[in-house]
Amino acid sequence: MAAPGDLGARLGRAAHRYAPYIFPAPAAVTIVLIIVYPMLYTGWMSLHEWFASSLSPPKFVGAANYLRLLLTDGRFHEALVRTLYFSVLVVGAETVLGVAMALLFNREFWGRGIVRTLSILPMVATPTAVALIFVMMYHPTLGVMNYLVTLLGLPPQKWIYSSKTVLYALAAVDVWEWTPLVMLIALAGLAALPREPYESAVIDGATGLATLWHITLPLLRPVLVVAILFRAIDAIKTFDIIFVMTQGGPGNASETINLLLFTQAFSYFNIGYASAVAVALFALVLGTSLVLMKVRRAAWS
Amino acid sequence: MVVATGALRTGPRRPALGRVARSVGFALLVCAAMLPTVFVFYWMVTLSLKTQVEAAGYPPHFFRFAVTFRNYADVFAKNPFLQYVWNSLVVAAGSTAAGLAVGLPAAFSIARWRQEGLALAILVARIIPGISYLIPWYILFRGLHMVDTYQALILTHLVVGLPLIIWVMIGFLENVPPDLHDAALIDGCSYYGVFWRVAVPLVRPGIMAAAILSFIFSWNNFLFSVVLAGPHTRTLPVAVFNMINYEEISWGPLAAAATMITLPVILLTLLVQRHIVTGLTFGAVKQ
Repeated sequence: MAAPGDLGARLGRAAHRYAPYIFPAPAAVTIVLIIVYPMLYTGWMSLHEWFASSLSPPKFVGAANYLRLLLTDGRFHEALVRTLYFSVLVVGAETVLGVAMALLFNREFWGRGIVRTLSILPMVATPTAVALIFVMMYHPTLGVMNYLVTLLGLPPQKWIYSSKTVLYALAAVDVWEWTPLVMLIALAGLAALPREPYESAVIDGATGLATLWHITLPLLRPVLVVAILFRAIDAIKTFDIIFVMTQGGPGNASETINLLLFTQAFSYFNIGYASAVAVALFALVLGTSLVLMKVRRAAWS
Repeated sequence: MVVATGALRTGPRRPALGRVARSVGFALLVCAAMLPTVFVFYWMVTLSLKTQVEAAGYPPHFFRFAVTFRNYADVFAKNPFLQYVWNSLVVAAGSTAAGLAVGLPAAFSIARWRQEGLALAILVARIIPGISYLIPWYILFRGLHMVDTYQALILTHLVVGLPLIIWVMIGFLENVPPDLHDAALIDGCSYYGVFWRVAVPLVRPGIMAAAILSFIFSWNNFLFSVVLAGPHTRTLPVAVFNMINYEEISWGPLAAAATMITLPVILLTLLVQRHIVTGLTFGAVKQ
């Protein structure tokens, strides 16, 4: 037998044996390159003082950026509170509205398919385009929102142009975009519910509201935790609509951590400090997910 | 199920009038629930078809207005809009193709050999805020003179598409019966043959869904492109954002541009709507 054939056969056997490593290798390399390496770099830069706009090299400052972030930077503290407030607001509203809509749609009716299709559209529509339309609708003098509000007998609002209302106006856009996701997840959950508890409830003469409160919602909880988990992760990271509609304004009234981070990094080129903010934001998102996953495990058991 | 609850319901049948009233009430509730969704899209399209005067008219004109296509012509006349469309297409298609090439074998491997650690690591990529990669990328690509290149955008958009593709495909590949793999292995196929000739053809609908989802989310991406794109590679979301800044209130063309960005996404969505929720929740919710 010729040597090259031998080598080929041996290579073939090795390729077979190591297949569980070879198949995921390209993905693993890609992830290390575009995710792990940048994360480590960000962590390392967060210990430095460096302005990307200047010629001087990064200077190691230890934990100084983190100390500033935690102790002295009032703007960061405000952004943190704002981020949490915005996230709780939108996730809460989306959960309540989404579940209500799922309960409404959880039956056979003509047009159910159309309703489902329409519900998907806000989630996939380009956020920049959506934000743009809301900017026009929120216009204080020419926008359709103030017309609709005055039709209802309410005074006209300044929407995103007042620091008092801007967070709520932005939250409304997020609620418009993402309530359908909670609804569709809840619908999937409702479809999978067991029938027996309902049958015994009917026999026991329970009212619709009691059944909803004591059977449906508790059974739905594990699915809802998943929905809340995904929504919370993304709500904390909300960027596109805020950046397009207000860029954090008026003043700093809608500056969430993500917006602050973007300004520090790409307007001030304050890379060291921005990296520390990035680490803090990551910690916030990770912490939220871990808490919710714990809740999920508790809900399952 | 309907039959079961019907059979369990006790007492006399509802009078016909009451049933009709209930259906009408239900239909009104459904319409009310869907109204905000429909209205925003309706408003986007109608604004794009109104003249400047009509668009700024107050009270707003909801149904009766003269239809014009001037705004669409304006968008093309005043901006290199086709260039932006092309940029978005190249980046979204490029990152989707790369994501499939790298992600399919990984998903096969995770599904076949139950590599849960790897799956979890990829899920973490979904949790990390995109902006925390953006700083190092920006510095890296600036150093390599790669800001404003398709390569940089395609690579970075992989962060959006690759985890999505892998997780959607794990779900599909897990459903391929292992017996089929084993039969092919016994017939002398290598794992590579099993992957390419058995698994991939069986999950073609899944690949289609994953590809379209990845394409949509790359098409929609604003954050990465706003930092890493330049005059040559500017994608549609960034281009439209710039149109807001540099024009006064000319709503018609902006609405026309918004409509044109959104339209392809909506058409693609119609093809994969069954898989959207599975994709958005990374397989946590099956439909």
